[in-house]
Amino acid sequence: MMIEALIAVALVGALVTFVAPNRIAGKLAFAISLVPVVLSLWLFTAFDGSGNALLEGSLAFESQYEWIQLGEYSISWFVGLDGISLPLVVLTTILTSAAIMSSWTPIDDRESQFYGLVLFIEANLIGVFAALDFFLWFIFWEAVLIPMYLLIGIWGGPRRKYAAIKFFVYTNVASLVMFGAFIALVFGLGDSVTSFALPEIATAMLNGGPDGFLGLEGTTLTSVVFIAMFLGFAVKVPVVPFHTWLPDAHVEAPTPASVLLAGVLLKMGTYALLRFNFTMFPGQVETYAVPIAAIAVISVIYGAMLALAQTDLKRIVAYSSVSSMGYVILGLIAYTQFGVGGATFQMVSHGFISGLMFMAVGVIYNATHTRLVTDMSGMADRMPIAVGILIAGAFGYMGLPLMSGFYGEFTIFFGAFQADFAYAPLFTSLAMFGIVIVAGYLLFALQRTVFGPYELETDYEVGRAPLHDIVPMFVLLGIIILLGVAPDLIFEMITDAVDPILSGGEQ
Amino acid sequence: MAVFQLPEWMALAPALIMAVTALALFVFDSISPRSTNRSLLAGTAAAGSLASLAVAVWFSTAGVGTPTIDGGLGEIEPIHGLVVDQLALYFMIVVAIVTALVAVASYDYLVDHAYQAEYYSLVMLAATGMSMMAAANSLVTIFIALELASLPSYALVAILKDNRGSVEAGLKYFLIGALSSAIFVYGISLVYGATGHLYLADIAAVIEAGGADGYGSLLGLGILMLIGGFAYKTASAPFHFWAPDAYEGAPAPISAFLSSASKAAGFVIAFRVFTEAFPVAATQELIGLDWTIAFVILAIVTMTIGNFAAATQNNVKRMLAYSSIGHAGYALIGLAALSADGGELVMGAAMMHLLVYGFMNTGAFLFVALAEHWDVGRTFEDYNGLSAQAPVACAALVVFMFSLAGVPPFAGFWSKYFLFTGAISIGSTAMLAVAAALVVNSALSLYYYSRLVKAVLIEDPLADRGALDQPTGLYAAIIVAAVMTVALLAGFGPIAEAATDAAAAALA
Repeated sequence: MMIEALIAVALVGALVTFVAPNRIAGKLAFAISLVPVVLSLWLFTAFDGSGNALLEGSLAFESQYEWIQLGEYSISWFVGLDGISLPLVVLTTILTSAAIMSSWTPIDDRESQFYGLVLFIEANLIGVFAALDFFLWFIFWEAVLIPMYLLIGIWGGPRRKYAAIKFFVYTNVASLVMFGAFIALVFGLGDSVTSFALPEIATAMLNGGPDGFLGLEGTTLTSVVFIAMFLGFAVKVPVVPFHTWLPDAHVEAPTPASVLLAGVLLKMGTYALLRFNFTMFPGQVETYAVPIAAIAVISVIYGAMLALAQTDLKRIVAYSSVSSMGYVILGLIAYTQFGVGGATFQMVSHGFISGLMFMAVGVIYNATHTRLVTDMSGMADRMPIAVGILIAGAFGYMGLPLMSGFYGEFTIFFGAFQADFAYAPLFTSLAMFGIVIVAGYLLFALQRTVFGPYELETDYEVGRAPLHDIVPMFVLLGIIILLGVAPDLIFEMITDAVDPILSGGEQ
Repeated sequence: MAVFQLPEWMALAPALIMAVTALALFVFDSISPRSTNRSLLAGTAAAGSLASLAVAVWFSTAGVGTPTIDGGLGEIEPIHGLVVDQLALYFMIVVAIVTALVAVASYDYLVDHAYQAEYYSLVMLAATGMSMMAAANSLVTIFIALELASLPSYALVAILKDNRGSVEAGLKYFLIGALSSAIFVYGISLVYGATGHLYLADIAAVIEAGGADGYGSLLGLGILMLIGGFAYKTASAPFHFWAPDAYEGAPAPISAFLSSASKAAGFVIAFRVFTEAFPVAATQELIGLDWTIAFVILAIVTMTIGNFAAATQNNVKRMLAYSSIGHAGYALIGLAALSADGGELVMGAAMMHLLVYGFMNTGAFLFVALAEHWDVGRTFEDYNGLSAQAPVACAALVVFMFSLAGVPPFAGFWSKYFLFTGAISIGSTAMLAVAAALVVNSALSLYYYSRLVKAVLIEDPLADRGALDQPTGLYAAIIVAAVMTVALLAGFGPIAEAATDAAAAALA
């Protein structure tokens, strides 16, 4: 019942905040959001699961109730956590609280609706990571879209309408493709499944796969579904060439929406890839390893090059997310313990780091009302603490040892080097070159904005950032360092859940 | 439970309660013709429809219409030509829900309006007719119930006597209604001529026994004309073109009433006539054509026309009217699938869709009623930025729009999904074409539904409006509809079960 409690607190909190007066909405939402943080940390300490949720592992906090029985298939409320989903749930709750606190300064219009939507997103994100029934999962998955569309559309920047609709159309079309493909797969599996529970479907897939559907042979159907689902999730991740919605959405989104978008929403894509494509289709993973690895490497390099060309701080961070997600895909396709485990670790790590970066950029924007690198220099002079954190976050991004980014990327490279597919070492070395570009554009941007003599093109008085902007950033920085120093806090449970995937369901 | 130690005619109680309420309102009107006691009038109508709803739910759960061998009470046929079974009760529930919502919402809509008692009694009379349509199982009772539902509706559409649009809409609605009634009756006479019966079960018996051999073309023509009558009542192609004008001109609560309840009632007679009177195989042998083909074509054409036309509208009410045509197309899938194995799942899904539609579409039209009450204007642009002033109502509108589009996490997602999978799992070429049309149209519909969401939430208002009040009745009805649209997502199991059971029983 703990997961239900977690979701219920966020949902009820969203409703309460929605009708609360604007004046207190921010504080109220923050107070409410602390409950899921505490609950999820408690779940973290009380975690007693082992193995993979889809592959006969023992689930923590499992609960299952029949929901709808129609025809041959039953749909149920089925939630539970394993070593892959639990860290992501904790990431969600902490990042939501941080995002809420960081919106106290920039959000000054229709606050109660804003914070209500943020809490509503949190509830659904937790649901996405905890759901183990396809329909339940899909409902949460889609339910994230609507509030995020509104957050960007209502509180965003000048081109908010365009960015919001682009985000919505891209991700919704992708969801439709994925949904249709998965339904075809389940129908193709025929009598071997009687419900939409993911573990049951995963087992059926590993025990022979579909017989065929709509005139497609079983093997063809499997490949078609694999590709369709990969494309559907690829938009969400996003990988090149489906990434163009991301910079628009990020640049126009208000800071807290960017934090959640980069921190958690992108992980929905990689999480789903891991849960569906990389767990249920081991054969196809092997077949399509080279093209997917190529996509990953292109995302890494091209994303970083795009970031290099930007002058808007937020766009730089946004494009670097494309690059970082490329590492995750590379780790997944490596299909080794370190590769997949590292990819999962990187999801969590990148969530905290990119969240921190967006918050730091947001704090600078709150004070200067510009994000253009060319508009400012010497910011360290006026807001030393905020800028200090920005620099720390940037080093986390570059993979400084003893910060979580290092461990994530290192394990991914380590795992990808050992991978079985053709030219794996070559792909890995190419991807490693991305690190250099990351360091290049981040240092370049920092050098121009924070160092040197103080100058600002816009007409604003810049003072120190308020305490409530600094505190959440410090918390995130603390977690980033903690995970860098003691990665086994989560890496152990991740590898425990990843191993069954690699052994094809054997314990 | 001892439901039917009650006399048998009490089985019709859901419809009778509506009728008694209508009469009570008439009596009140004759005592105090110019009364504007809105609370009393709206309260009576709402209480009547809620009582009808409660009784229908009670009968349904107590097992009326479920086979006696399972401990149910079996179908009850108090009068030859009216049957109370699960199918009838299911649709009586839909009608009662919509009527209750409309009655509550009209409380505010009719401020400063003359003829209030007439308004409510006409609504209740039309609801009586719709409930009777759910129960009718003879072509005569079907026609009488149909007219009982239609005649008050004509008057209701035109009830804003001083409003040109309303009167014009009433006239259009009436003329096309009269035409389609004529066609329908002609169809009945042809079917009677071919089979010698009006009672649905007898028609089926004659067809199956070969008693109508040699009259195949006559029967075929009769069936085609009956389909024309249904198409009118459900606002499906080719008799859909009255809908945008009538819904636009009518008072918005009446548009809600007609587009939700009247449509559902039209579908129940279509379901009943085509499952009971014209067994697919035997009829096909006789007339040389599978009548489900007609519904396949109608479904695809109707949903496509409705959605494409809706996408081009600038007037919100017209957009909803066309979207209502599109949804008639979705529900027609239930009839298109009847010839195949698994047809009861698709018909059940269509029934689920009509129930969910009863909440989400009624709610959407009631939001338009609210906008008319505020006098903000008619186009999308006029609705710009409403959410800053009325966040709760606009949140409800978001629920209705995304639910109509079939996006999770709202109940509209389930019914559309079940229609889709039902059609896919039958797997015939025709049903795959229908399923493909459903997907394409749903994707398109998201465009114009989200356009309204974008207008109220994201766009800035064109002009300053004064403060907007919060009329109690309209707000209550909208919030109930929104809450139910969300709650049905979680509580969809019982509805899915009731609908598929009723469909299976009707097909058995």
